Amino acid sequence: MTALLELEDVEARYGPVHALHGISLAVDEGSVVAVLGPNGAGKTTTLRAISGTVRRSGRIAFAGRPLHRVGPDGGARLGIAHVPEGRGTFSELTVWENLRLGAYTRRGSIQPELERVFTYFPWLSERRRQQAGTLSGGEQQMLALARAFVHRPRLLLLDEPSLGLAPVLVAELFRIVRDLNETEGLTVLVVEQNAHLALQAADAGYVLEAGRVALSGTSAELKTDDSVRRSYLGD
Amino acid sequence: MTQSAAATSVTRAAGALERLPPPTSLLLVAGAAGLLVGSLRSDVFAQLTVQGLALGAVYGSLALALVLVYRATRVVNFAQGELAMATTYVAYQLIKWGLSYWEAFFATLAIAFVLGTVLEVALVRPVQHRSVIAAVIVTVGLFILIDGVVNWIWGGDFKYMPSPFGTKTYHLGGVSIARLYFGMLAVVLVSVLGVWALFRFTKLGLAMRAAALRPAESALVGVRVDRMLAIGWGLAAVLGAVAGLMAEPSQFFLDPTLMQPILVYAFAAAVLGGLESPAGAVVGGLAIGVSLNLVVQYVHPITSELQTPFAFAVLLAVLLLKPSGLLGRSEVRRV
Repeated sequence: MTALLELEDVEARYGPVHALHGISLAVDEGSVVAVLGPNGAGKTTTLRAISGTVRRSGRIAFAGRPLHRVGPDGGARLGIAHVPEGRGTFSELTVWENLRLGAYTRRGSIQPELERVFTYFPWLSERRRQQAGTLSGGEQQMLALARAFVHRPRLLLLDEPSLGLAPVLVAELFRIVRDLNETEGLTVLVVEQNAHLALQAADAGYVLEAGRVALSGTSAELKTDDSVRRSYLGD
Repeated sequence: MTQSAAATSVTRAAGALERLPPPTSLLLVAGAAGLLVGSLRSDVFAQLTVQGLALGAVYGSLALALVLVYRATRVVNFAQGELAMATTYVAYQLIKWGLSYWEAFFATLAIAFVLGTVLEVALVRPVQHRSVIAAVIVTVGLFILIDGVVNWIWGGDFKYMPSPFGTKTYHLGGVSIARLYFGMLAVVLVSVLGVWALFRFTKLGLAMRAAALRPAESALVGVRVDRMLAIGWGLAAVLGAVAGLMAEPSQFFLDPTLMQPILVYAFAAAVLGGLESPAGAVVGGLAIGVSLNLVVQYVHPITSELQTPFAFAVLLAVLLLKPSGLLGRSEVRRV
């Protein structure tokens, strides 16, 4: 396996505040990788550094290409779909318009992409004219995911997908992500507070602490690691 | 087949009316009914109404330009009217160089588009995120700059342009209305519908709306946000150019103050419609146009000299009593 995404000594800051102190990580093509850690460890910032929505330095390579001069729109055109924390749905626009924007970088008809997404989220098809802001929180999260899927990204960055969702929906969401990974080879980097869920869905994981990688390994290794069990799995 | 299509569109229109806040739809229906009854009873009233609608369409076009710019960049562009005036001078010059009126018209729209985008990139973008006051100062400065440049190139004296619609007058019973007014209405409404269709039905339009609503999220799906905002300014300049070109024949001559009162009417129209609502800007423009015409004729102490202050009073009243305007809606959002 080759790494689709590689970060080497990546730093990021918000004004004077250092959020990342040299993160290095790799995501293999076709894998699901989880980023774990306490609040403020830099999990969200790591995703933002990759998609270019925060000032960063260090080396970031995507499919062998350096990303450090690429803005968020450029990253999207290269095939990175970032579903930010708080969903990032366009609440003023309709469901269909949200999906259409997801496929913004695609040329030609998006009908096949829509059909494909509707097999995962059948209810979206009936509600395509509905204003996205009137969907429930869970539905909006699903819409955000669906929007990322019509993009047909090579890399999906998912930020806290379980935030504020009922456990049933969270399980459903991770099931769909896993399914896409297995059937279509979608590569996923997911930030998640719920380490239990994340490690179940992921092949490998990184544990961040105070802007650094504290620990990394395969999901199986992390699940049996004492400090992970104590801090994140509640054993 | 056509009948059912017509039926569907009627139902749709009724549906659109139903979605408006009830007092607003009542007000609009009552206003339209009032104008109709008045026009049937008095020839002068009918003439003033059609004239007012034509002028109001011009105000609405400039108001729509203000709304597009405000929605895209959160900047109130005080120079929008002067920009429209300058592009009208460009048309004047092109005609003087030998182009026909309509050749000059379309060439001017293209030039306006380029001018609008260049201004956004060169002057507005650098200050946009600094502060509100910086952006205001830039657009006020632009007002003064354009005014100065136009006076410098063309002088302040009256210029005459050929009439785009001839001098024909239509008579219906005792009502006589110049063809000019129908022409103005048609040109403005076609332009406005064109812009609406662009926003509603094209991928570019969707990206422009998204970029204005949520720039960060738009970038994440691959939209080049800066480019969309510049295009928004370009489109606004095109609508302004249409307003300027259609305002000129109603005044019968061109001078550098052409758009100054119209800018006030356009602000009143935009605020009346709800500063964020494109449809509101157009409806507001028509309403301001008609009411100014009628008020000047029928309300005793208000004469044409007081027309602009009256429009300003309307603007103030809306800001004080109903800041969201007629069609400005508070956003529907569920968490």
